[in-house]
Amino acid sequence: MTMSEGDLAVAQLKYVRQTTLEQQPPPASLTGIVGWLRANLLSSPFNIVLTILISLFFLWIIPGIVNFLLIDAVWTGADRDACREIVQNRPIGACWPFAWERMAYFTYGSYPIPQRWRVDIFFAMLAIGVFWILWLKAPRRDLAAYYCFIVLPIVSYILLSGAEFLGLPHVDTVLWGGVLVTIVVSAVGIVVSLPIGILLALGRRSDMPTVKLFSVFFIEFVRGVPLVTVLFMASVMLPLFVPEQYSPDKLLRALIGIAMFASAYMAEVVRAGLQAIPKGQFEGAQAVGLGYWQMMRLIILPQALKITIPNIVNTYIGLFKDTTLVFIVGIFDLLHTIEVSRLDPKWATPVTSTTGYAVAAIFYLVFCYAMSRYARATEARLAASERR
Amino acid sequence: MKRIASVIALAVIFGATSASAQTLKTVKDRGILNCGSNGSLAGFGLPDAQGKWAGLDVDLCRAVAAAVFGDDKKAKFIPLSAKDRFTALQSGEVDLLARNTTWTSSRDTQLGLNFIGVNYYDGQGFMVRTSLKVKSALELGDASVCVQQGTTTELNLADYFRANKMKLKTVTFATSNEALKAYDTGRCDAYTTDASGLYSERLRVANAAEHIVLPEIISKEPLGPAVRHGDDQWFDVVKWTLYAMINAEELGVTSANVGDMAKSDNPDIKRLLGTEGNYGEQLGLSKDWVVNIIKTVGNYGESFERNVGTGSPLKIDRGLNKLWSKGGLQYAPPIR
Repeated sequence: MTMSEGDLAVAQLKYVRQTTLEQQPPPASLTGIVGWLRANLLSSPFNIVLTILISLFFLWIIPGIVNFLLIDAVWTGADRDACREIVQNRPIGACWPFAWERMAYFTYGSYPIPQRWRVDIFFAMLAIGVFWILWLKAPRRDLAAYYCFIVLPIVSYILLSGAEFLGLPHVDTVLWGGVLVTIVVSAVGIVVSLPIGILLALGRRSDMPTVKLFSVFFIEFVRGVPLVTVLFMASVMLPLFVPEQYSPDKLLRALIGIAMFASAYMAEVVRAGLQAIPKGQFEGAQAVGLGYWQMMRLIILPQALKITIPNIVNTYIGLFKDTTLVFIVGIFDLLHTIEVSRLDPKWATPVTSTTGYAVAAIFYLVFCYAMSRYARATEARLAASERR
Repeated sequence: MKRIASVIALAVIFGATSASAQTLKTVKDRGILNCGSNGSLAGFGLPDAQGKWAGLDVDLCRAVAAAVFGDDKKAKFIPLSAKDRFTALQSGEVDLLARNTTWTSSRDTQLGLNFIGVNYYDGQGFMVRTSLKVKSALELGDASVCVQQGTTTELNLADYFRANKMKLKTVTFATSNEALKAYDTGRCDAYTTDASGLYSERLRVANAAEHIVLPEIISKEPLGPAVRHGDDQWFDVVKWTLYAMINAEELGVTSANVGDMAKSDNPDIKRLLGTEGNYGEQLGLSKDWVVNIIKTVGNYGESFERNVGTGSPLKIDRGLNKLWSKGGLQYAPPIR
């Protein structure tokens, strides 16, 4: 039996809605703050317990920090009396006038005051270099690499160390200190470690036995000894073997030690990236007639470095903080300048040390977080090919 | 290859010996005095807010620079830790070690140092709460004492309690900062370190007025600057720089009146300031070497009061460091 047209029309009338329903808002329990809370914080009993525990943890830790750093903090004062509970008759948090008075020392160390403009210019030039090379929309980025890797190191050296023929008096590195030293040491470590690390990583995977042996020996030896030992050897033992007039500058010794160290770690990071590249990539590159260096430069390294960005940045952040170890060989990096400032009897109070360390913590947090954010952005940009 | 190696070895040996034998000439040629100092001890060597080093030991280095160059700014300070201070001096990295170093026989002989004298007579002392109502260290039996571990301080403490047949409870910490914090929060009844340190630590407790430093000094810690063995001329220069500062105090020559004093008729002052005799030349220095020291650094008393005494926040009593004529131990042979 076949349905007539009339039957069909009746069926449509009966079962099929002819008009679109008015759009309804989603149930209140799924929208807005309440919905978000339910979906993300309170979705399961386990999640609820975690949410409560972590909230309690924040409630326990944050008021103390805010109290110390802001509410109970002392903002003005001339000496230790401003930051003493006995004198002020109130609970005392951070002693900011101490940090404020010492800020110039934290920044420049003992660098002679009339010459400190040279350090300012160095900071400005470095900032320009960093922005130029990292900001993708900057003009003439093709020149940025020359600026950062050739112009900047030479000009900075002349500027900071001095050149009599330019009328810049020599400033001994013993006088350098504070943020200046921290930045110089980490910048040298960061700039030197990547190229050397790449070469060592390639050397370790090389077919040439001598190159391979050297790379393996270097990496394993440097990774096998603690940084503190390397720095200590360089500063205490070296002068015993080399006569005083030929022994390299103390800061230079530390720079070489840190650069060697960072390179060895970087080599292993890069090697991990190289090993993750499928064999087909190597074979494909060879099949189209590329030589070793062309293959590495055009095909392998761009992919290998891309996948190792999180690890490279991790190494950089570690290196940035490791620079504080130079204090054991008597170099006044930021942490060391804070460490000696807190001993100043002019500001001797129970909160002085904590205030000093808070300054250090804020400084390192800001720099490390900035590095980490930039790396995340770079990762996202380079991962565009993998998104669907 | 072998020849090159042996030439280098020879150069090392000769380089090292020539550096140690004529320190005064080396320093003059270099134009800078390398001074090993403590960069983190208030009152003895600590950079101030401008980054300039200040302290009693630092002043001695400045005085030597003033004596040699006529300019106290030609002293370069190299911060040394307790561990690397002696190697730095032996290797020639510094010309002079002025880093609150205790003068002991083994350091004077085995380590090849020559101590030039004592610029601060220190000793270990105790700090207690006033509420403990203790007037003497001998009443500290059964008290718990906070101390930094691995130091001579810890050993002296044990010796002192054993010698006086008192029971000792030590609470040790890796750093003096931790030890002091623990004392301040009440973990121990007493805190011990060198007396000079006690005064600066006392400023860092919550309420300094609640704590007193006990009168007993339980160890001898004569702190003195040192130079290398084997260079008597340099030894003399540094030694007489300290003596000149002490003599100047004894004769009443200060940085303020040194200009007028040059016209004095007192033969001792005339010899000191070089208006009579050639005592500066005998040391290999200029005639007015003491004038240069006193003008820029001041005499011993001025340096003491400015860095650790009444002119500083530390307010350390001069005690043993008074001149011999005032009941202390500071005594300098005459310049003549």
